[in-house]
Amino acid sequence: MSHISPVLWQFLVKWLTNFALFPPEASKIAPQADALYFFMVLVSLVGLTIVVLLIVGFSILYSKKRHPEAVQIEGSTLLEATWTIIPLGLFLIMFVWGALLYFRIYTPPANAMNIYVVGKQWMWKAEHPGGQHEIDSLHVPTGRAVQLTIISQDVFHSFSIPAFRVKREAIPGRYTTVWFEATTPGTYHLFCTQYCGTNHSQMIGDVVVMTPDDFRKWLQGSTSGHSLAQDGERLFASLSCNACHNTRPDARGPNLVGVYGSHLALANGQTVTVDDAYLRQAILNPSQNITQGYAPIMPTYQGQISEEGVFALVEYLKNLDSDYRIQQTLNTTVLPADSEGKAGGQTPAAAKAGGQGRGPGEVQQ
Amino acid sequence: MSAATIVSLPDQATARIPKMNFLSKENGLLSWLLTGDHKRIATLYLISITFFFFIGGALAGLIRLELLTPQSDLMAADTYNKVFSMHGLIMVFFFLVPSVPATIGNFVIPMMVGAKDLALPKINLLSWYLYIVAGGMMLYTMATGGVDTGWTFTTPLSTHYLNSNVISAGLAVFVAGFSSIFTGLNFIVTIHKMRCPGMTWFRLPLFVWSNYAASILMVLGTPVLAITLVLVVLERTVHIGVFDPAMGGDPLLFQHLFWFYSHPAVYIMILPGMGVISEVVSTFSRKRVFGYTAVAFSSVAIAVFGFFVWAHHMFIMGISNYAALVFSLLTMLVAVPSAIKIFNWAFTLYNGSITFETPMLYAFGFMGLFTIGGMTGVFLGATGTDIHLTETYFIVAHFHFVMVGGMLMAFLSGVHFWWPKWTGRMYPEKISQLAALITFIGFNFTFFPQFILGTLGMPRRYAAYPPEFQALNVFSSAGATILGVGYLLPILYLTWSLKYGEIAGENPWQATGLEWQTQSPPLTENFPEIPIMDHEAYDYEWLARQQQKEVASVG
Repeated sequence: MSHISPVLWQFLVKWLTNFALFPPEASKIAPQADALYFFMVLVSLVGLTIVVLLIVGFSILYSKKRHPEAVQIEGSTLLEATWTIIPLGLFLIMFVWGALLYFRIYTPPANAMNIYVVGKQWMWKAEHPGGQHEIDSLHVPTGRAVQLTIISQDVFHSFSIPAFRVKREAIPGRYTTVWFEATTPGTYHLFCTQYCGTNHSQMIGDVVVMTPDDFRKWLQGSTSGHSLAQDGERLFASLSCNACHNTRPDARGPNLVGVYGSHLALANGQTVTVDDAYLRQAILNPSQNITQGYAPIMPTYQGQISEEGVFALVEYLKNLDSDYRIQQTLNTTVLPADSEGKAGGQTPAAAKAGGQGRGPGEVQQ
Repeated sequence: MSAATIVSLPDQATARIPKMNFLSKENGLLSWLLTGDHKRIATLYLISITFFFFIGGALAGLIRLELLTPQSDLMAADTYNKVFSMHGLIMVFFFLVPSVPATIGNFVIPMMVGAKDLALPKINLLSWYLYIVAGGMMLYTMATGGVDTGWTFTTPLSTHYLNSNVISAGLAVFVAGFSSIFTGLNFIVTIHKMRCPGMTWFRLPLFVWSNYAASILMVLGTPVLAITLVLVVLERTVHIGVFDPAMGGDPLLFQHLFWFYSHPAVYIMILPGMGVISEVVSTFSRKRVFGYTAVAFSSVAIAVFGFFVWAHHMFIMGISNYAALVFSLLTMLVAVPSAIKIFNWAFTLYNGSITFETPMLYAFGFMGLFTIGGMTGVFLGATGTDIHLTETYFIVAHFHFVMVGGMLMAFLSGVHFWWPKWTGRMYPEKISQLAALITFIGFNFTFFPQFILGTLGMPRRYAAYPPEFQALNVFSSAGATILGVGYLLPILYLTWSLKYGEIAGENPWQATGLEWQTQSPPLTENFPEIPIMDHEAYDYEWLARQQQKEVASVG
């Protein structure tokens, strides 16, 4: 093979060793998605073959040489009905099959483990409930349903894991969710697939799938020392949420204990189910979400809390099952107010810093 | 292949291009720039869209060159983003949308319906000027630093985060939109009001039907795009907040508005191309189009359904699952008329007497590639598979199969088909057949690997990509060079044929359309006297009788 140029040779070698034709199937949904995909490939191939056979066959049979005089035909209702109904039927099968798959991918099971994901130009930040923070990577265990709650802090991004066959847009100002159950340990691509500016193609990372044991070890080895709910609790205190939401009989804000998942009657007469998205709205845009019986006195926190901060608050409220936790914050708020230089603990800037910076030793339990 | 041919040319020794024709009527630049003649305006359009096609094509070449290697080494990421954005903007708004309607449609529709001109000749000229103004603005945008929004102008990226020339690019598209609205309006009025005596709706050539359907889409859809772009410009300049969640706006609203135009827009692009295929397949198989009525109505069905499928671009964007369900179902329904057309064209060949001149080869290319493009569209229209395939190279491949494999093939087919009518001269047959073949091969090499890349998950609009995708990208770039040759050849030999091509005579293809029953190139008034349509469309027996009569009367 000495007559092949070394560059070409190297390319061929590289190509043969590095030639992927189909992505790995690493989630429970992947084989199901691929089944539909291959069904569609099959239908396409059959359809294409029919069209090509018709064109080539007729071209040979009825070329001018063989068939100098054309025979005029008007059409045929029967034939036309055939190629209307058969494609329609096939398309409807694909529609139903696809819809079943779609609902499965976008309807997380109730017991899924939640991981919060923030997209921003140009990185992915993942927040585990246990306080593990990751950038441009996501560690997940096999055999467990994992739900991602995704938001973007700036422009549209899209969180794509080809090996899992799942993808979800990260939208500014709105939570989206997707879930998967990883099956095969390994490292897979994580892409941002929605064009998001200069370094769009650098907004990539790794999804690391681990066995449950390895995952547990990773969780222990990567924790920041306090859980996401604890971060939220600290933020709750530093933003003085507890000044009103303090469970006292004369409190100016509603009691937030056990509010998550409840049905809440709003001042405008609507009833809402309190979920992540509602909590986010109620914090950032409180005037539109007044609980019945309370005055519209809550200021907006739009632009004052980072999306990670909102996630921490949401996670805190989700797990808030006793008054005691709130009482605790009342005790701890006094501390930062007079203990350090950043006296304006209540100013927006500091609040924002509270959302992002996780200074060590600041939280006492 | 070439032994049997339908081409019948006049005796080259005695034949002359008619002295009086629309090209020779008046001379001088001003006579072109102030013309009201639809054929001259079509010629102006043909020259200008070819110019933009080559700019867009050069940008495509740069994209493929950059993607030869996984790193972004030829261009910085920002430059790459600008290059693919300009490629998309120029190709979509300055080539694909006006390609068949504004050039070929402009040229033949008045003749096909037996009229002297379009109903509103000055509006027609205005529409070309708007196109040129818009094109100039787009070139200005490019010369002063370009724009990196992608052709989709997605907010809030375009409104709040980019420092490039978003406003001039948006306004360029805004102006180009009016050019296309005026063209559509002109066609609708002409087709309703200017048909010659005897030209009933069901005697219209299918090219007219499909352009009529596309015109309706242009007139109803484009204003929405115009409004959307104005909102983007206002949001960017004075922060009105409609798309800004921090001000109570909705960033998804932009996508709804944008795709409300831009999905019908792909039918604006493809429908006229389908019209070309109907004419060509019928002419070169000497057969009436199989199921004329079904093909005519399927164009209208595509136009109507086309307006109700826009949210299939947003299945992963957090629209409600049930909305996704409805839009997916409607998408499946819109796929059916396209399938009907493909089979009707295939069965037009049945019992025909087929010859394989260049327009027919391009039409065959169209049918094969459009079938693949259409079927892969179903992959994306089904919600479950869309999740994995959307926003990847699968979308890129699908779109290019429909637009380049479909529309561009149809455009080239049409240009070759009507070239003799337009210029009075034939293009050289052998080399153009070769060019059609090269285009077909190059096209498949370029875009088929992208389906596999997309299935592997390679995202679109990436300046750099993981190394395992390189082999397929090299294939694709190699194919693009072949495709480039396929597009350069027609430019060369068509230019050559302007002077050296054989004299075509009135009706070299023995076609039945009214445009073929007048001299080539036609008179400024198209016909010496307004024709009377006394037969069905594609009536080859009528044509044969007609010719016998002539022979008898001359003899």
